[in-house]
Amino acid sequence: MAVELDVFVGNTIIMSEEVYQLWLDGYTVNDAVKVRMDGGALDEFEANADVVQSDTMDQYRTFQMCERLLHSPTKLANQLLFQIPPHRQATLIERYYAFDDGFVREVLGKKLSKGTKKDLDDISAKTGVMLKSCRRQFDNFKRVFKVVEELKGPLVENIRQHFLLSDKLARDYAAIVFFANNRFETGKRKLQYLTFQDLAFCAGQLINNWTVGAVDNMVEDMDVDLDKEFLQELKELKVLITDKDLLDQHKSLVCTALRGKTKAFNEMEANFKNLSRGLVNIATKLTNTKDVRDFFIDLVEKVSCPENFLSFHFVVWDRYMGVIKSCIFKMYHD
Amino acid sequence: MPGKLKAKIVAGRHLPVMDRASDLTDAFVEVKFGNTTFKTDVFPKSLNPQWNSEWFKFEVDDEDLQDEPLQITVLDHDTYSANDAIGKVYIDIDPLLYSEAASVISGWFPIYDTIHGIRGEINVLVKVELFNDLNRFRQSSCGVKFFCTTSIPKGYRAAIVHGFVEELVVNEDPEYQWIDRIRTPRASNEARQRLIFLMSGELQRKIGLKVLEMGGNAVVGYLQCFDLEGESGLVVRAIGTACTLEKLSSGSSTHTHPNTAPASNACNSPSKDGKEPVFGEDLPSSSGPPTPFRALPTSSSSPPPFSPSKPCSRQSSSSDTDLSLTPKTGMGSGSMGKDAGPLKTLLRQQTQTALEQREFPFFTLTSFPSGFLLHVGGVVSARSVKLLDRIHNPDEPETRDAWWEEIRQEIKSHAKALGCHAVVGYSENTNICEEVCILSASGTAAILNPRYMREGCLDIAGSDHRFEDPSPSSCGFCHIPYDELNMPFPAQLTYCFHCRRQKVPDVLFTTIDLPSDAAIAGKGCFIQARLCRLKKKAQGEVNATAISNLLPFMEYELHTQLMNKLKLRSMNALFGLSIQISVGENMLLGLASATGVYLTALPAPGGIQIAGKTPGDLNNEQHIMNIQKRINDTIAKNKELYEVNPPELTEEVVGSPIPEPRHRSRLFRSHSESSDELSELDLSHGKKDAFVLEVDDTDAVEDIHSLLTDAPPPKGFHSCNTETMPGIYNWTSALQMFTSVRVLRLSNANLTNQALNKIFTDLCENLLKSFYFKLRSMVPCCLSHLNFSVAVPEEELIQVAVTAVAMTFDKDQTQEKPAEKPIMKGCSEGEEQLQFPLELCADSSSVNSQSSSRISGVPESSSLSTRAASVDYGSFADRCSTWLELLRLKAHTIRRGSVKTSRRTQSLAHSVSSLEHSSPITEGRSRLLRSSRSFGGSSVSVVKMTPLSFLPGTRIVKYLGIINMFFIRETTSLREEGGVSGFLHSFVAEVFAMVRAHVAALGGNAVVSYSMKDCVLMENPNKNQCQCLINVSGDAVIYIRETDLEAIASTVGLSSTNSDGAT
Repeated sequence: MAVELDVFVGNTIIMSEEVYQLWLDGYTVNDAVKVRMDGGALDEFEANADVVQSDTMDQYRTFQMCERLLHSPTKLANQLLFQIPPHRQATLIERYYAFDDGFVREVLGKKLSKGTKKDLDDISAKTGVMLKSCRRQFDNFKRVFKVVEELKGPLVENIRQHFLLSDKLARDYAAIVFFANNRFETGKRKLQYLTFQDLAFCAGQLINNWTVGAVDNMVEDMDVDLDKEFLQELKELKVLITDKDLLDQHKSLVCTALRGKTKAFNEMEANFKNLSRGLVNIATKLTNTKDVRDFFIDLVEKVSCPENFLSFHFVVWDRYMGVIKSCIFKMYHD
Repeated sequence: MPGKLKAKIVAGRHLPVMDRASDLTDAFVEVKFGNTTFKTDVFPKSLNPQWNSEWFKFEVDDEDLQDEPLQITVLDHDTYSANDAIGKVYIDIDPLLYSEAASVISGWFPIYDTIHGIRGEINVLVKVELFNDLNRFRQSSCGVKFFCTTSIPKGYRAAIVHGFVEELVVNEDPEYQWIDRIRTPRASNEARQRLIFLMSGELQRKIGLKVLEMGGNAVVGYLQCFDLEGESGLVVRAIGTACTLEKLSSGSSTHTHPNTAPASNACNSPSKDGKEPVFGEDLPSSSGPPTPFRALPTSSSSPPPFSPSKPCSRQSSSSDTDLSLTPKTGMGSGSMGKDAGPLKTLLRQQTQTALEQREFPFFTLTSFPSGFLLHVGGVVSARSVKLLDRIHNPDEPETRDAWWEEIRQEIKSHAKALGCHAVVGYSENTNICEEVCILSASGTAAILNPRYMREGCLDIAGSDHRFEDPSPSSCGFCHIPYDELNMPFPAQLTYCFHCRRQKVPDVLFTTIDLPSDAAIAGKGCFIQARLCRLKKKAQGEVNATAISNLLPFMEYELHTQLMNKLKLRSMNALFGLSIQISVGENMLLGLASATGVYLTALPAPGGIQIAGKTPGDLNNEQHIMNIQKRINDTIAKNKELYEVNPPELTEEVVGSPIPEPRHRSRLFRSHSESSDELSELDLSHGKKDAFVLEVDDTDAVEDIHSLLTDAPPPKGFHSCNTETMPGIYNWTSALQMFTSVRVLRLSNANLTNQALNKIFTDLCENLLKSFYFKLRSMVPCCLSHLNFSVAVPEEELIQVAVTAVAMTFDKDQTQEKPAEKPIMKGCSEGEEQLQFPLELCADSSSVNSQSSSRISGVPESSSLSTRAASVDYGSFADRCSTWLELLRLKAHTIRRGSVKTSRRTQSLAHSVSSLEHSSPITEGRSRLLRSSRSFGGSSVSVVKMTPLSFLPGTRIVKYLGIINMFFIRETTSLREEGGVSGFLHSFVAEVFAMVRAHVAALGGNAVVSYSMKDCVLMENPNKNQCQCLINVSGDAVIYIRETDLEAIASTVGLSSTNSDGAT
């Protein structure tokens, strides 16, 4: 005696967020049933294992049928197959496009190609994220990348509109797309201490200030590619280390601005020349694609490490760089 | 040229990629009606084509308009090879043919392909211009409204209920035609879909014609079914109740019902003008003093059958049975004497005369305006086993007509035997296995108020005679219709616990819904009896005989089970009873579902007593005591669970469910002939008041165990199979309709009956458990209209399909009865909705009625009588064994105490659910759900679906027409689609989607009275193939939430343009 067929279909979609998460996480039906039963599903409504199994199967099937629609979330709103209340639609999409920070950190800056996809099992083993889930996340990155690649207008806005994501998630995706497009190297050992959110923040800054879109907001790829002209112009910053007068002027401006605001002030003041040289060197080399890729490594190696900046609290580092940045900008514009 | 159909193809979206090279599609559309076809231009290289075509115009007869669907085919243009079909849309344009329904069909329709399912959507506009046609001999019946709803639709009032209409159409099944050998399954399935659309159109038109001939303008309780007979053909048949409906205008006061023309009929003039010479035979039907008929033609124990003057000539063509049934009777004004005897005679006389001119005084309705139903006799049913390969002329309907005719006659005579002249809650169905076909019909024998037969409007004589009516509506329907001295079967009668004036039986089984004004105690509950019987494999006649012989036993056992389960829940009446028997190659399945309830007019049920056959055996004795204890505990628990606390019990019986041994009657379980036991049963009279289950063999033990295995629904859940849940009336608006299908493969070929029973019972119980679990987020909630259907698709397979709706209710209010509305009749808004304006019962002083929610303070008397009951089954005859389902109520009465405390029982006078009740909280929720649908820019309107005739918290303002759809889906890549479950899951979802899309295109926002009539699944996993047919129907409606309604109260005329008389 075996159940040959067992379906349950509601006029309005029937789903539990718990099961959806299990599905997204890549659990098989049997594992999901186990998790649910361990989680106390049995205590509810006199359920038994069969009932939980049947319910899980039904939901898994529903999710599988929805998956096609989730690939282009705008369709989800005007498809007719499932009647899904709007708040459920939002949950379905947001959860589907959510990712594990651990996983994305591994993929960040890598080419979203078939080659990378082949390595997903390693990443899965390393991060503890199930392979199925890795694939979904990777495909999501790739899908978003492909769609917004050719679009005009602001990156974050494009992602939000095409994938109906929340602002936060859209920004994260923008960072992922930006990293993937510029192939920033983030996998080196020295950068391991940086979380995805750290890098996403950096990406946000770069997108806002260094891309074409920062100047002109109606070109293709405006938020994805760095502003070539700007990078070219950065070369001229070399004067900051070659010209003694300018170096001193720069130093005094920075020191005035930072005096008493950082514990590392003395150290910084003492090493200003080295520091500045590191930064300016990075800036002037950004016309090289290879150097763009190494941007973050260079920042760590040539700026942070010599000065033992790792010991600095991140906030301090951020504040310092912010000032440096504004200074550089100010002077550049001058 | 009476009609012009216009169609415009606007756009497509989400089309599938048909050209792999470009990942795009060059789509164009063919629009076909009848034999005319138009094409749009090709819209190249797009998955979202914008055709924006001209208006394609079809000039057609209205007959064709009714029969044919509009066929839209989307194709991919291919320069070099044949164009590929993407999919099709069939649009039933019938809703456009009523003057007051939808005026345009406009919206996105899923493009459906039998192999690929839904493939994108197409936006279509359809209009119809009808020219007036005064041709008297027309073949069309445009304008007759159809309703699946089995009650008078909301917003209408039945001026006249004409009666039963039926029709049957036969065609060759395309799947069995010779051409099927050479064409693809896809082509064959498409031919089948198209044919069925055509046939149901034709059927509807023919039924419409009959309605027009009867002078009606609508069919209510329209029930259409398909019989896939196989080689012998494809049958589409339908039954319904013809009515003359009048639209209630929302603005008008209820007092001012137009007292329409036939007002004169209301008094003594028997208007015979409508009579046609054909019926000369039964002319003076009203003259003879009708005697109650007590005899079952098939029963031996009763007095010789009284042969009534044949009321109606049987016509030669049995498919045209109900022509010209203009009611014509010599009924009085309707006032009745107080004396029960003469009254009953008078009543019978009136009703009889009104009904007897009809060949079949049947009504497919299950709920009635109050006052319509006077008395209920009990369930009548008939079954007949037929051989399909014996049909002489398979292409003609005659043989099937004759079969149904035979069954209906049987039903009618059963009803007569119960002293009733009408059958309500009537339904018919078939079950086919190979060449054997079981035809079944069942209903509830009843006596109707003759006034409704001719003139639905009750306000002729005012309320005066209402006070003369000795049967208050809260208990009147329980009073026995048959003559006490000449009962059709032994039954135990007591005086009604409400009015103390009339006799009532101790148990009442019906197929109808609980009358809204019935007084009940506690809540109702879903009761199911399940049974499997093995059968030897056989062919032809031998097989048919074997099945015939098994049927009565099955029905008997199902009844026993039902009765026991009812007792176990301490209830005394069943509503919505439906018994389904399904045949397979080697087994028969029986499934009886009903909603149990405690009617306070009926005596309290006794307990169940277990008796061992071999006293002295200590072990056994101990065992029996254990079982007895468990049963008693269960009864006590159930009483609490369902809040069955009739006040008498607290006064007298002190709540003990254990019957005292001296008041008992016995129920004998018997696997052999039951006739032997009869004498024994009689001997036990006067001694027992409880059911006695005799534990004489292992079977009996099994059965008792299975009795106790039925788990009650978990906390927060209730379930029923009727329209409304007895005892719950404060619905909130959240609702979830669902369909669930489960198929079980029996691996062990050598199962015993007991093992099979267990498997089948577990299957049903587990399904229920699954529902509770899945819907747990909705508690407190009620699963209403639980509709189970069983099938044996193949040897070793058992299929159970369920459609139901989960509805939330406000828990906090369940204990209270709905507050008595200060609104008096005539001035309340709700009144406008009343189908029948006056519905006061004798206790009208305490009744403030607002629409379907009414309260009756009912005098309760406390004289408790104990009763005995016993189930027996009526005789069954020859090889075409039809069988009468009659409860043989073995009866006697013992008066325990003569205290007659009459009091108002507040807690008991429940009124049945009102749609008007809705909590503001959930209203808000649903509004949110509805309004924020515009997620992501575009919007799909929400379409609610329910098998019930109402949506809680809303008011239906417009009926847009009937939805009747038939789909076939097949696959040759079963594994890839997720196996049978994956295949069926997406198919069911697609069917829902297509129903919703059609409703939305009509401008509707809900489907009520939705039902899935068929779900035929054929699989062949070895070939990786599967095929499924689904037939669904319902009424498309527009509803407005009550809260919105109040806001726009008087301003909007609710689009009720008073455009009646669409005929």
